[in-house]
Amino acid sequence: MSLAHDTAVWFSKSYGLFYLIGLSVAVLVYTYWPSNKQHFDKAADSILRDEDRPWR
Amino acid sequence: MIAQLTIAERRLALAILVAVALCGLLLTIAGQGDPIGVHGLMFLVAGAVGIFVVIAGYLSPEPSAERLQHYYDEPTKFGIVMAMAWAVLGLFVGDWVAWLLVYPELTFDAGWASFGRIRPIHTTGVIFGFGGNALIATSFYVVQRTSRARLPDQLSPWFVLLGYNLFCLIAVTGYMMGITQSKEYAEPEWYADIWLVVVWVTYFILYVRTLARRKEPHIYVSNWYYMAFILVVAILHIVNNLAMPISLGQAKSYSAFSGVQDAMTQWWYGHNAVAFFLTAGFLGMMYYYLPKRADRPIYSYRMSIISFWGITFFYMWAGSHHLHYTALPQWVQSLGVTFSVMLLVPSWASAGNALLTLNGAWDKVRDDATLRFMMVAAVFYGLSTFEGSFMAIRQVNALSHYTDWTVGHVHAGALGWVAMITFGAIYATVPWLWKRKAMYSAGLVEVHFWLALAGTVIYVFSMWNSGIIQGLMWRTYNESGTLAYSFLDSLVAMRPYYIARAIGGLLFLIGALVGCYNIWMTIRAAHLHDPAADSSVPVPAPALQPGE
Repeated sequence: MSLAHDTAVWFSKSYGLFYLIGLSVAVLVYTYWPSNKQHFDKAADSILRDEDRPWR
Repeated sequence: MIAQLTIAERRLALAILVAVALCGLLLTIAGQGDPIGVHGLMFLVAGAVGIFVVIAGYLSPEPSAERLQHYYDEPTKFGIVMAMAWAVLGLFVGDWVAWLLVYPELTFDAGWASFGRIRPIHTTGVIFGFGGNALIATSFYVVQRTSRARLPDQLSPWFVLLGYNLFCLIAVTGYMMGITQSKEYAEPEWYADIWLVVVWVTYFILYVRTLARRKEPHIYVSNWYYMAFILVVAILHIVNNLAMPISLGQAKSYSAFSGVQDAMTQWWYGHNAVAFFLTAGFLGMMYYYLPKRADRPIYSYRMSIISFWGITFFYMWAGSHHLHYTALPQWVQSLGVTFSVMLLVPSWASAGNALLTLNGAWDKVRDDATLRFMMVAAVFYGLSTFEGSFMAIRQVNALSHYTDWTVGHVHAGALGWVAMITFGAIYATVPWLWKRKAMYSAGLVEVHFWLALAGTVIYVFSMWNSGIIQGLMWRTYNESGTLAYSFLDSLVAMRPYYIARAIGGLLFLIGALVGCYNIWMTIRAAHLHDPAADSSVPVPAPALQPGE
């Protein structure tokens, strides 16, 4: 049991840490990638346009 | 309702209902003499009633292809009505429990009405009944509008909503009979859990299918939150409810986990139920309805993305803060503290994003109680997430844990944030859905707003007071090094606050009743004035807003 516990601790403190750092970097890069800005602005505005029927 | 289904869907509905009725019949037979038999009978009756309804409408003409020109909103309408019905039931039972703590004789000597049984009826009624129906209903509404695509079929949204409400009904009736797994927010037993998995997976598939049909290239951020809510709740529910029933004819089961692993699994589930049921889904609601109602785009779309990933990554690890000073390894507790404190960043980013969206539209907040519901919700979201991060710190938790402070914190979130944003979203959606210009009475929305706000503030302040007094009394030592107060002393000190809390809850309940009346009158007016309410009225292009 202690082996399992030690393994879990080792795993979370090594891979777990870098996994979270990696994900954070990936998210920030995606969010601030300059060419993505126009998609985001368009998306934010798009919900205010209200045709009230599906596009065909 | 059946007239909206195609012939193929009617056949499939019959097959599903026959399967439900047969499973119910088997449970009824196998569960004779056990409470599970009663639930088997409920499944059987639900299936049988459904079969009769489908057969009664089976020969009605098929819906025309013209339906595909419109969004499919009938399930949303049903979900909103169910949400309000559960709100009244859940809040009523909640207030009953509150008065029960003041007047213990309010159990009327009935086993089913004891504190331990009606408290989960309250929590299930408000979280799953009210919150769940509101989330499912608004998610159908939002995913169609933001994707500009109709739900892919007519049957699965009904299966999700009706099946989900059957689960809630099985849950609360089970508590009255004494059926419980003793896991908070996961009390229903194995057979109800399996049923919910079937319903929930259908919900997930339905949502993904709708997104796959989208005409907008970018998936709007509300859908990310709704998807996180659906997906993570499925994972949490399945893992935490892994259990072995004694037999197929008995309700009782034993969890796959034991000891501290069981506690950790339960609070990993429990805190993420708060995170993904009571936060992520409602954030999805906020990111759609608040900009829409204010008629302004969200202040920072980028910030909403960062908050989304922050919330999904961080919340997963925060659950262990429920188990400070227990057998749980110290490092796991510290991990929970760290992630809980880090959570302040995405939480405040969302709350700030909402309030900054309103910056420049405060006149609308002043005039429009619906938008004010959403604004106050964002404020309470900010407050309760700060409080949550604070209470997760081990030394603060030493004072707050097991006291009414926790109860106050939960209600700041549940009443101030979840219920307020839901009422705002419902008041916005109802006129849109039933093709009315506005709610039946703007004045009654105003009345509801102030009742809800007053109720929440009274509730939260009384629980802060009682919680801190309780915590201090439990840790006060006298000169000889023994405890200065007995537990009973602390109970006597709590009594005035319990009365205040019950009054606050009563105000909140009256507000919800006012809301029900207002919604009912709006729906009635829609049917009286325009029986063939049609969505073909052209909608004028929205005027440009400052900030565009």
